[in-house]
Amino acid sequence: MSDLMAGLHQPGDTILHRLPVGTKVLGLAVLSLAIVLVRDVRAAPVFLAVTLLLAAVARVPLRSVWRAARGVLLIAVVASLFQWWWYGGEKAVETFLDLLSLGLAALSLTATTEVTEMVDALARWARPLRVLGVDPDRVALTVALTIGALPGTIALARETRDAARARGLDRNPRAYLSPFVIRVVARAHESGDALHARGIGDD
Amino acid sequence: MPTIQLDAAAVRVPLPGRGEREILAPTTLTLTQRRIGIIGANGSGKSTLARMLNGLVRPTSGRVVVEGHDVVRDGAAVRRLVGFCFTDPAAQLVMPTCVEDIELSLRRRVEDGTTRRQRALDVLAANGLAEHAHDSVHSLSGGQRQLLALAGVLALEPTVVVADEPTTLLDRANTRRVADTLFGLDQQLVLVTHDLDLAARCDRVVVVDSARVVADGPPSEAIAHYTSLVDGLSTA
Repeated sequence: MSDLMAGLHQPGDTILHRLPVGTKVLGLAVLSLAIVLVRDVRAAPVFLAVTLLLAAVARVPLRSVWRAARGVLLIAVVASLFQWWWYGGEKAVETFLDLLSLGLAALSLTATTEVTEMVDALARWARPLRVLGVDPDRVALTVALTIGALPGTIALARETRDAARARGLDRNPRAYLSPFVIRVVARAHESGDALHARGIGDD
Repeated sequence: MPTIQLDAAAVRVPLPGRGEREILAPTTLTLTQRRIGIIGANGSGKSTLARMLNGLVRPTSGRVVVEGHDVVRDGAAVRRLVGFCFTDPAAQLVMPTCVEDIELSLRRRVEDGTTRRQRALDVLAANGLAEHAHDSVHSLSGGQRQLLALAGVLALEPTVVVADEPTTLLDRANTRRVADTLFGLDQQLVLVTHDLDLAARCDRVVVVDSARVVADGPPSEAIAHYTSLVDGLSTA
């Protein structure tokens, strides 16, 4: 199950771990904008080198780097093929490297920031929205729950797929998708009950 | 011990075009003992009874009062008094790491992040999970997950702990560990269980069958009644 947590927080004491969340998020925003806005194929490998350096500084395990890259790889390949078809090889290489850089940059943030830190920061940033009737804690909690639900949802997907396989129905999408959707909804209800029981959302 | 009062509390659900189905018949109980067991077959209504105690299920008639607080009108106050532990801890653990999940429980109570972290670490240590503080909740064993879920409940310092079949998914060793933790609590415990050995450790046992309380008393008598019900079914 631990592989499901790839891309999430890795405890450590590097400079990136110690930086305030706001600085890291701002840095990620600036870097991401630079990657997207600088339209030059020569800049793409530089950005990739910078994001790899960030991952190295954060001491993100190579396994996690590979998993994050692998997750983006499929999208990057498909997007690059379209770019190659429409605009040529140079644009395809740039798109491919830029998408990998964006994935790795995000990984450095999530690997060095606990969900709790992110929740606290989001709650602080959402405070001005109180005048509009928005509950900052609820906004932050929603984001935290979304992140927290990912590994559990992937686990449900794997269990459901294995159950379909065990019945010899691995090529039948209905045997997989219907129970998966039902289980995800049921789990959401159970989690809602559990949060309710812990008094979260009462105040 | 706190007083939990059920006054003709019942739960019915509408069935489209077919009237209503009674999940729990009007039930009147006063629960003051320290360890209370609730036993019964699957679908008998025992979980519904337990869930009413902290307002997860609202009585459709009658009322449930915990320490003077009505579970419907004063739900937030009741949930501060009554902690609830579910059968499957996977539904209850929502944060990535153990310490973060305990911190989630403490969010509304402790504003300062550093104090909250320390309190969460203390709660984990008190429940034998100190070395797993920064582990993923998904890397824990079933027993450890259930203990973590319980720790998340205890972090809020409830006066009553309701546990709905907390050992059903556990092996024997983990069942013993979780049960020993539950029975070692200072709080009043309401334990829904299929495990008659655990029920026998309670001060009072309530037997629920077909949406009704059919026996209520000392464990030996209540368990004997339940066993006769089960034997009757298996020989019928």
